[in-house]
Amino acid sequence: MKKTTNRRDFMKQTAALVAAGSLPLSVIEIAFGKNSDQNFSFAYLSDSHITHIKGNEFVRNWDRGLVRAVAESNLMDPKPDFVFYGGDIAQLGKPEEIDHGLEILGGLNGKVHYVMGEHDYYLDLGEYWKKQLGPDYYSFDHKGVHFVVLNSILTHEKWMHKKWPSGMDRMLQMARLDNPDGQPFMVGDAQRQWLKKDLAKINKDTPVVVFSHSPIQKIHKGWNFWTDDAEQVQSLLKPFKKVTVIYGHVHQIQYNQIGNISFHSAMATAWPWPYPSSYTQVETYLPKLTVEMNRADPFNERDATGWQFINMHTGNIDLHYILPENQNRIVGYDAKQGKPVDRDYQKTDKRIPPQVHY
Amino acid sequence: MKLYKMMSACLLTCTLLTICMPSSADQFTEADVKRWTNEYMSVMKQGEKLFHGGLKANNTVSCDQCHPNATNIHPETYPKFQKQLGKVAVLGEMINWCIMNPTESEPLELDSNEIIALQAYIHYERRGVALQPGKH
Ligand SMILES: [Fe+2]
Ligand SMILES: [Fe+2]
Repeated sequence: MKKTTNRRDFMKQTAALVAAGSLPLSVIEIAFGKNSDQNFSFAYLSDSHITHIKGNEFVRNWDRGLVRAVAESNLMDPKPDFVFYGGDIAQLGKPEEIDHGLEILGGLNGKVHYVMGEHDYYLDLGEYWKKQLGPDYYSFDHKGVHFVVLNSILTHEKWMHKKWPSGMDRMLQMARLDNPDGQPFMVGDAQRQWLKKDLAKINKDTPVVVFSHSPIQKIHKGWNFWTDDAEQVQSLLKPFKKVTVIYGHVHQIQYNQIGNISFHSAMATAWPWPYPSSYTQVETYLPKLTVEMNRADPFNERDATGWQFINMHTGNIDLHYILPENQNRIVGYDAKQGKPVDRDYQKTDKRIPPQVHY
Repeated sequence: MKLYKMMSACLLTCTLLTICMPSSADQFTEADVKRWTNEYMSVMKQGEKLFHGGLKANNTVSCDQCHPNATNIHPETYPKFQKQLGKVAVLGEMINWCIMNPTESEPLELDSNEIIALQAYIHYERRGVALQPGKH
């Protein structure tokens, strides 16, 4: 059985092992199924929002979040097969910010795959990011699973390419989450055509895992917890038996099941966003399945931030939220119910007061 | 008796004064209401700007980065006990806490234009929600 480790235990064990000089430590005991050679895990970090102030100064708080997540994920044992970074390395897409973020991420052991976030993109339409990291949509296969990465934070061509006084003006429009003139995220025709072709070669029994920055489902348009062509992307994924979509952007715990597709979001390393329902002036659609993360205590700088590691077995995932200031959470696929559930808090009578958002 | 007489005299003076004044407390027009609302809305708009990067912040962090549409502030629950401050506090004190910590800047006077404008915006985004003083 799996064992959760709260942060205090985790740090105690870390300290003890560091002292004993016997890294890496065992964070969890992974349950290996019958086909144990098919099981593997990977780490997922997201939304660091590295912010350049001036000269060599960066916002300390956001730096610390990423530094900590990198250090902790390096301690995973068994070692993850790779690491995913879910987007928004930078706050305003500046080369200084992307470079500084990548320097910290350079401390990660093993291969890192990157997803494009809107904060990485809208200064120069992703030019610097792509120069450093390569294409913003691609796919690969690993141990019998087909992985797809999408750039889901594109918007109307007309808006992206209109005559802006500067790229920074465009970036600042997108960087404001609650911008009343905000533009909706979308994957767009070109990538959907590519995805269709990419998936055509894949056997329908092959588990598919899709990474996007925004949710490929519609939760709250005002903050782009939303992808405009979500249904069209979902329909391309429909023929597959096991599909998982993992996304960043929302800086909070969300999960859902739509038909054959399980959805999971990630915590940010930088700061938490409120749940959309706490904006009382509009209607929002947080999946009913989601048991919300604890309300953040701003006096604890790292509260409601974190990173996650993901166990992939029998084609579905268990997602472990590593939360520095709270009890860790595990949301895993329940084959009987056919949907992801929280291991501890799913039942209404198991929930705790900080999980009530208003 | 003496006291009674004095009070009557006072009352009479007050009444006379009121009659002589050109307008009185309950006399206002739709135009007045419109003007007052506009005054509020313009301060609210100022607050919205301050909230979205308009405040002096030593590290460029802005309020909306953690509080889009001024959510997760819960102005309807103030004054309330803040365990971190160890006392019942008003909203302005928490705004100042945020100014000093996440944005690493100098606190403002509680009756400063900025604190008033920020509260005007925060309350506006929460309009219609019932008062819940002390709620956690
Ligand atoms: Fe983000
Ligand atoms: Fe984002």
